[in-house]
Amino acid sequence: MRADISPRTKVALYGVMCVLLIPFVFPTWWMVTSSLKPISDIFAFPPQLVPQSYDWTTYSKVFELQPFVQQYWNSAYIAAVVTVGTMIISSMAGYAFARIRFPYANAVFMIVLLGLLIPSEVTIVPLFQMFLKAGMVNTHWPLILVPIFGAPSVFATFVMRQFFVTLPAELEEAARVDGLGRFKIFTRIALPLAKPALASVAIFTFLHSWNLFLEPIVFLSSAEMFTLPQALTQYTDAYGGPMWNIQLAAATLTALPVLIVFVIAQKQFVEGLAHTGLKG
Amino acid sequence: MAVAQENARPEGRSSSPFWTIARRDSLAGFLFIAPQLIGIVVFVLIPLGLVFWYSLHEWNVLANTFTYTGAQNYRMLMEDENLLEVLGATAIFSAGLVIFNLSLALLLAVLLNQKLAGIAVFRTLFFSPVVVSLVAWTIVWGFLLQKNGGINGMLLTFGIEGPNWLREETTAMISVIVVQVFKNVGLNMILFLAALQGVPKELYEAARIDGAPAFKQFRRITLPLISPTILLTSIITIVGSLQVFAQIAVLTQGGPGLSTTVLVYYLYQQAFQFHFFGYGSTLSILLFAIVAILTFAQWQMRKRIVFYES
Repeated sequence: MRADISPRTKVALYGVMCVLLIPFVFPTWWMVTSSLKPISDIFAFPPQLVPQSYDWTTYSKVFELQPFVQQYWNSAYIAAVVTVGTMIISSMAGYAFARIRFPYANAVFMIVLLGLLIPSEVTIVPLFQMFLKAGMVNTHWPLILVPIFGAPSVFATFVMRQFFVTLPAELEEAARVDGLGRFKIFTRIALPLAKPALASVAIFTFLHSWNLFLEPIVFLSSAEMFTLPQALTQYTDAYGGPMWNIQLAAATLTALPVLIVFVIAQKQFVEGLAHTGLKG
Repeated sequence: MAVAQENARPEGRSSSPFWTIARRDSLAGFLFIAPQLIGIVVFVLIPLGLVFWYSLHEWNVLANTFTYTGAQNYRMLMEDENLLEVLGATAIFSAGLVIFNLSLALLLAVLLNQKLAGIAVFRTLFFSPVVVSLVAWTIVWGFLLQKNGGINGMLLTFGIEGPNWLREETTAMISVIVVQVFKNVGLNMILFLAALQGVPKELYEAARIDGAPAFKQFRRITLPLISPTILLTSIITIVGSLQVFAQIAVLTQGGPGLSTTVLVYYLYQQAFQFHFFGYGSTLSILLFAIVAILTFAQWQMRKRIVFYES
């Protein structure tokens, strides 16, 4: 806010921020380092901030106890399909709501917005019954179809609509004079301009799908169908207690790749998400 | 809402007079929204109707019975002694989460809005838990919060004996709130930061010339100008808090007792662990009603608390 910050205030601000950072950064550090410690050391006192000896066999156990590669693939491909599908559906719907005049547009928009009011937890019981009747329980279809077409994609549609509303009308007029139809105006003119909005839709859709937990545990029942969040909780001993070192190793394998992508592309991430929901 | 296509000129390409631009646009509009609209009908509206229908039935999957019982499940709802505790836990969880989340988000945003070298690094680090897998984040916190876990280990090096965080009612509730706040506060932080950067600098200049102290500037300039963002984030955060499930399932399984059994977790237990789909559906209707009322109330409040609307 102020152009000049005194050196003393600067030191104080850095100090406050470093202390505040602890609960944000330390858990990730603790997850990675603890996963590398031998089981006898993970509850050692005093706590070892840096492992004193390493045990890499934990990581091989992650793959021995469960079909972890398969589960990783399940999560990754479901998130990818849901992300691409949501981008297509929501950009089309968002474009129509923002730029095309058609009968009952307002009524349809209100119906679609209802999806924002009805969290998928509310409809989980009937959705389970519907997919049971369709023979799709213990398949990935519910985790793909519901997010793309159902309530979770409504927010994406809303974000896309907010973006397309801001496009200058002259662009489309010009395209129209050149003889372009609606679909071509959409794919050749509007969509290429919508990259920032599409990027933020992609990011939060991916994270949403990647983190789904209630739906997988309701719909999936066999280990080779599980997604990662569900699989992580399955590393338990004979008494149902967590095998901490293995859980932490699997958690590290789950969290690190996304974290690395984030650090590389953090500017797009943060700015993309800031872009979302702001201009309302 | 829809931007008017006023200057619909006759177009050389149109082959027949029936397919005017307006007609073709109507068709295009319907085709563009069709996938989303059909999806909402199939995966939201029909299930919503079904969940209400189910809630009027006693449905035991194991015994394979589905009998119409009218309002019986709703009477059960009124008499369910556990439910009061569940709603209490839900209210404490949501209120605690929203207050802690929004104040921390605002504090972090104000800090990140300072002109300091390396501030982008701090922004990235504060935001990083948002991209860490939710269950991975919850597992490591569960590990840290064990009786002999990392947090109590640190405390013990300072001679403090920590509680068994997840096994005592008060600390269990605090734990699930805190774990959730640190996971997601980065999102609200970014929204607040963007809002703060949109406040015109001249206003602060003028206030400084008038001799207004920093706190007063914040109270009188910053807060009113970012009030639309505060409203938006509080709606998103409250509705989000009512959907929290994974954290409870992994950290406390609703315990000890019912102290962290929030409504969604209770619904899951009734429907999918005890197979009471009828009563589970009634709880779904209750959840829907709470979300709808809260959203509506906050929307109504906007006139009173929001300084302006863009």
